Amino acid sequence: MNAIWQYANPKKFIDTSERLLPWVAGLAALCLGVGLIWGYFLTPDAERFGATVKIIYLHVPAAMMAISAWFMMLVASLIWIIRRHHVSALAARAAAPVGAVMTVIGLVTGAIWGQPMWGTWWAWDPRLTSFLILFLFYLGYIALWAAIEDDDSAADLTSILCLVGSVFAVLSRYAVNFWNQGLHQGASLSLDKEENVADVFYIPLLVCIAGFVLLFVALVLMRTGTEIRARRMRVLLARERMK
Amino acid sequence: MRALLLRDLRLAMRAGGGFGLAMAFFLIVVVLVPFAVGPRADLHSAIAPGVLWLGALLACLLSLDRMFALDWEDGTLDLLATAPLPLEMVIIAKALAHWLTTGLPLVLLAPMLGILLNLAPEAYGALTLSLAVGTPALSVIGAFGAALTVGVKRGGLLLSLLVLPLYVPSLIFGADMVRRASEGGAVTTPLLLLAGITCGAIALLPFASAAVLRVNLR
Amino acid sequence: MMPDLGKYAVEVLASYGASIALIVALVVLSVARARRVRAELETVEKRSRQDG
Repeated sequence: MNAIWQYANPKKFIDTSERLLPWVAGLAALCLGVGLIWGYFLTPDAERFGATVKIIYLHVPAAMMAISAWFMMLVASLIWIIRRHHVSALAARAAAPVGAVMTVIGLVTGAIWGQPMWGTWWAWDPRLTSFLILFLFYLGYIALWAAIEDDDSAADLTSILCLVGSVFAVLSRYAVNFWNQGLHQGASLSLDKEENVADVFYIPLLVCIAGFVLLFVALVLMRTGTEIRARRMRVLLARERMK
Repeated sequence: MRALLLRDLRLAMRAGGGFGLAMAFFLIVVVLVPFAVGPRADLHSAIAPGVLWLGALLACLLSLDRMFALDWEDGTLDLLATAPLPLEMVIIAKALAHWLTTGLPLVLLAPMLGILLNLAPEAYGALTLSLAVGTPALSVIGAFGAALTVGVKRGGLLLSLLVLPLYVPSLIFGADMVRRASEGGAVTTPLLLLAGITCGAIALLPFASAAVLRVNLR
Repeated sequence: MMPDLGKYAVEVLASYGASIALIVALVVLSVARARRVRAELETVEKRSRQDG
């Protein structure tokens, strides 16, 4: 058990993450470069979608990361609540803006894709709507972090908000589903239904997803390090003022 | 707990603000809608369920930031936290007081405002029932948001940003129930889902709110 | 080499442009903040060591 928890030590975390960061960032850049170039230049147009199928290489990974980022924040919040490791709380804080940007990418590419396919930029379709709600949750979470001055209280409050928000996000997802059956095609990517996407599209898509995951990991590592430093700086400054 | 509830009710009555203000706000929102969308009766009756629910929701939101703020400022909240009464029960009492002074009047007012918006006659029962079942959840969720932002200066805007997304499921099921009723459909499914959300929120959220309040009080 | 995007050129290019711009902005902001905080922390630490 010691293996993971030793990174709860901020110093240890910064040392290790700084050693890992160039590799993760490089690998992310490589995967994104290969995946996007492959997807953009080397794949044929799909029958039903025409050239717009190329948007899938951004849309699907961004959407997956938007949800995964929230999930990661949920896990980090739980670790903070249960074991009180500061790095965990700061990692959740660091992940939130990344997740929010991923949500925006998913929404924007979705809107641009929806325009030629469905004839409208925006439809109040369950998937789109629940992503918009997810975005609101991200905004609220980030705003609460920004609003509270005491670091430990902010970590506590945002963790609880993250837990409650997760429950309500899932509720909203089903509520929205109930409210309007939509236009969005079902999940085009799952392990048991590979026939939905032909191999020509599937393999570069996997590379892109790997790229987005690595990008997320790299950004979170870097931003968590920044948060740890910013926090240490606030403590030092406070100590100076005490003298 | 009863003493606390009565005290909160009395304070809400005496301050005058909270009690009538939410109803007046609800009235104004509903009156403004026809000006915004134009004088078309068919359009009004089509959007009435949504407008009434949205107006009730915003009116509920309006008085949330006062729920803990006054007790926080004068230190009553610290006393309540050390009192033998569990903090969870304090929150339930506060939420109940909020519902009695805000939610219940809105429920009673809504059918009258339904007339203004030309709501279909079949839908009045469903409107009252859905608001009666749904507004307790709004108060309990609002108590959670108010507890989160109690330490924040001028937290009103932040409070709405945090609370409104949490209102989405209740709003969807509540408005959907009224809409179905106005089209003459069956309302059991949304009613049960709405009641489920309310029961779940009342059962679980006070624990989260109390935890949040303890953090803010330390 | 340049693929023929047909009538959907605008959509495809716009979504690639918007997404890449957002990602680049996020990365640049994160790196800039990391640098700034690191530099500030160093000055503060140096000062506190001298004082302490």
